[in-house]
Amino acid sequence: MPLDILVIQLLNGLVFSLLLFLMAAGLSLILGLMDVVNLAHGGFYLFGGYIGLTMIRWFGSFWLALLIAPLVAGALGLLLQVWFLRRLQSRHLDQVLFTFGLALIAADMLRWYWGAYVESVPPPPELDGSVLIMGRQFPVYRLSLIFFGAIVGVALMVLLDYTRIGAIVRAGVSDSELVSGLGINIDWVFVGVFVLGTALAALAGVAAGPITNLYPGLDFEILILALVVVVIGGLGTLRGALLGSILVGMTETLGKAFIPEFSLFVIFALMALVLLVRPRGLLGQKEA
Amino acid sequence: MTSLLANFRRWQFWLTLIGLIALVIYPNVASSYLISLLTEVFVFAIFAMSLDLLLGYSGLSSFGHAAFFGLGGYILGFVARNWTANMFITLPIVLIGSALGALIIGFFALRTSGLSFLMFTLAASQMFFGIAIKWTAVTGGSDGLSGIPRPTIGVGDTVYRFGTGFQFYFVALIFFLIAFWLMRQLVHSPFGRALIGIKSNEARMKALGYNTWRYKMMAFTLAGVFAGLSGYLFAYFNRHVSPETFYWTTSGQVMIMVIIGGAGSLTGPALGAVLVRLLPSYVSSYTERWHAIMGLVFILFVLFAPQGIIGLLKKVGRVSNSPNEP
Amino acid sequence: MTQLKADHLHKDFGGLTALVDVTLEVKSGERRAIIGPNGAGKTTFFKLLAGEHIPTSGRVYFDGQDITHLPVHARANLGLSHTFQRNNLFFDLTVFENVRLAVQHHRRLAWQMFKSAGSYQAINEETEKILSQLGLSDHRQQLARHLAYGQQRSLEVALALATEPRALLLDEPTAGMSPAETAEMAKFIESLPRSLTMLIVEHDMDVVFSLADRITALHYGQVIAEGSPEEVRSNPMVQEIYLGTQSAVKRHL
Repeated sequence: MPLDILVIQLLNGLVFSLLLFLMAAGLSLILGLMDVVNLAHGGFYLFGGYIGLTMIRWFGSFWLALLIAPLVAGALGLLLQVWFLRRLQSRHLDQVLFTFGLALIAADMLRWYWGAYVESVPPPPELDGSVLIMGRQFPVYRLSLIFFGAIVGVALMVLLDYTRIGAIVRAGVSDSELVSGLGINIDWVFVGVFVLGTALAALAGVAAGPITNLYPGLDFEILILALVVVVIGGLGTLRGALLGSILVGMTETLGKAFIPEFSLFVIFALMALVLLVRPRGLLGQKEA
Repeated sequence: MTSLLANFRRWQFWLTLIGLIALVIYPNVASSYLISLLTEVFVFAIFAMSLDLLLGYSGLSSFGHAAFFGLGGYILGFVARNWTANMFITLPIVLIGSALGALIIGFFALRTSGLSFLMFTLAASQMFFGIAIKWTAVTGGSDGLSGIPRPTIGVGDTVYRFGTGFQFYFVALIFFLIAFWLMRQLVHSPFGRALIGIKSNEARMKALGYNTWRYKMMAFTLAGVFAGLSGYLFAYFNRHVSPETFYWTTSGQVMIMVIIGGAGSLTGPALGAVLVRLLPSYVSSYTERWHAIMGLVFILFVLFAPQGIIGLLKKVGRVSNSPNEP
Repeated sequence: MTQLKADHLHKDFGGLTALVDVTLEVKSGERRAIIGPNGAGKTTFFKLLAGEHIPTSGRVYFDGQDITHLPVHARANLGLSHTFQRNNLFFDLTVFENVRLAVQHHRRLAWQMFKSAGSYQAINEETEKILSQLGLSDHRQQLARHLAYGQQRSLEVALALATEPRALLLDEPTAGMSPAETAEMAKFIESLPRSLTMLIVEHDMDVVFSLADRITALHYGQVIAEGSPEEVRSNPMVQEIYLGTQSAVKRHL
């Protein structure tokens, strides 16, 4: 294979990895902290993307969309957490079932309102165009997504590793009783992380729009990949989510480019392999 | 108390008998549309009960049970289109095929437990979906496999052909009854009790000497076989199998049947199958948004009646039977 | 003949050392008690024998077979059974079903998939026998979670006994029991066949000194004394550790 194509595909893989990381980070933190797999996470992603699309149509500004969509999704996440999930706090499986029902509703409602067709999202005009990399065209937007993803990723790591709030969340992941014992209201830590997670998913939805387009079914496509990321990387660890995202993102992109029929199978095989060697994921400390 | 119990048993016996007679008479009086509706219910009841073996009895939260439903359908589609539709041949192939599929998925899935198990099984079924969509040469891509011949049964030249919906109704009914009876025996057997023990307290089961991994593997495989059987019947019924059968909404639908009906009792999920498959045809004005409505009903059950309809009935029965109980 | 042997067991948890070079041999039919103040490593030691933890180094032998890395269920099937410090029952099942689960496995009938579990007379009879031995017959249809605490404790022991072990590891069998219940439980343990090897971790010194043939005292993860009850009682180190802290021991010293 020519080197230039490989480099381009690797760059594409990196873009996709970072988008996945935005999804998986929230999923993984919610999982580690609250022992809940949020199966509606893909729904929030697609919802964010569609809200962004509507914002672009209404106001003509991609940047506004990037701001509004996470806010709307986060607000929705807040209501769902406070009104419903909290009621089920000690019943972990029921919480997952709840998010599963939510995913069904979301999928149907999104199809209802935004239609069953593929909608393309225009990139912001400032970043439209392409640059030459090893003699091949590469969209500026994708290149800037690498920087954007990296910035958000680093911000998340700093938030979690170097702030008091981050310390509380990390402590909650390893032992939520301990945190309650310190006189911290664990309920609000749950709310905060859930809202952050949903907002991140919506952010990823808007940012990914110009690359993946928006269509019904994208919610679960992306959710499944994010789940695989979490299983591979380990529950409740940002570094695990990052490592998993890069592995899955690269495998998915290269797989799609070279063996499209079995790209999903390759990812699945990767997950099975990790489970064989380390059932709790590459960087996971915690048993699910 | 014992006489009350005996009365209940007798009552149950008569109810079952009347029900059976009704099910035999039904296709003779109902329209072909109504016959096909009930046929579908039988198929999905098998599917729902098979998931209940995992969810309700073994405590294994499999969110990708559609994997085996689809597998059964696709194996049948492949064999029936390329070789024969004779059930004497297709049935064992599909049962063995689903068992192998479940063994392989189960082998990896049971390395984990709890949420990782849930995520793994969900991802596994979506992987099947992805392959079904993209491996066009074998699976027919997003169109699926159509033109599956009607089932036949027989040896050599004496072959009987189930050519009509009326005839297939009885095929589905008989399979449903056999599957129900087998699973009923299973959950009441020592093995079934052991599964309940694992759901209740796996650590203690290990301390008693149970190799719980083997029991869970067996449960997962059996559930996969019954799900494969239902997918097999569904493909014969539609004479078509589509990638949708692998899709997460299919897993979701069967999950809804189990939860709404009541996990941990075989009748519950069967009842759930009746509701979920029949209601949309009667509430026609809502069918447009059927998924959303089902999702909503499902959420309400999870929030307010996690034991499902069977649980509600038991509660009512307990209140009316023994008002003096504390 | 040595039935259970711990050979230079060592256990670290992360940076913390819980057990240092513990060696111990229990003869067939012997009743051995493990004592020591809180944090002495009794529970860790117990879990290494039961198979719930794997030692950092050292070996565990049962009837001469190296079982260091055997999983819990395989140990149980060799005849090494154990109870839990905190009641670990099938709380949402009836008392009868709790015991039946143990009996049906022991009778090698747990893989039967066709006949109803209730139709196996041998299982039913043995289950009833065990229930009556522990005075639980009247509660057979109650859910385990609805039993009184002391009865749950009895059920805990009943489950371990139902597998007909050759050696029984008891982790604080009387923990949380009232004095009357404690006495009853002690009497019951006393009444078990002499051929059954027992290793008991126990806080109640009355129980320890009335039951044990030999006693091993642990302190900071190490064996500090071992011998007959009299020898351990008069050991100066044991006296020093327990002096002023545990009145029950002082009474016996």
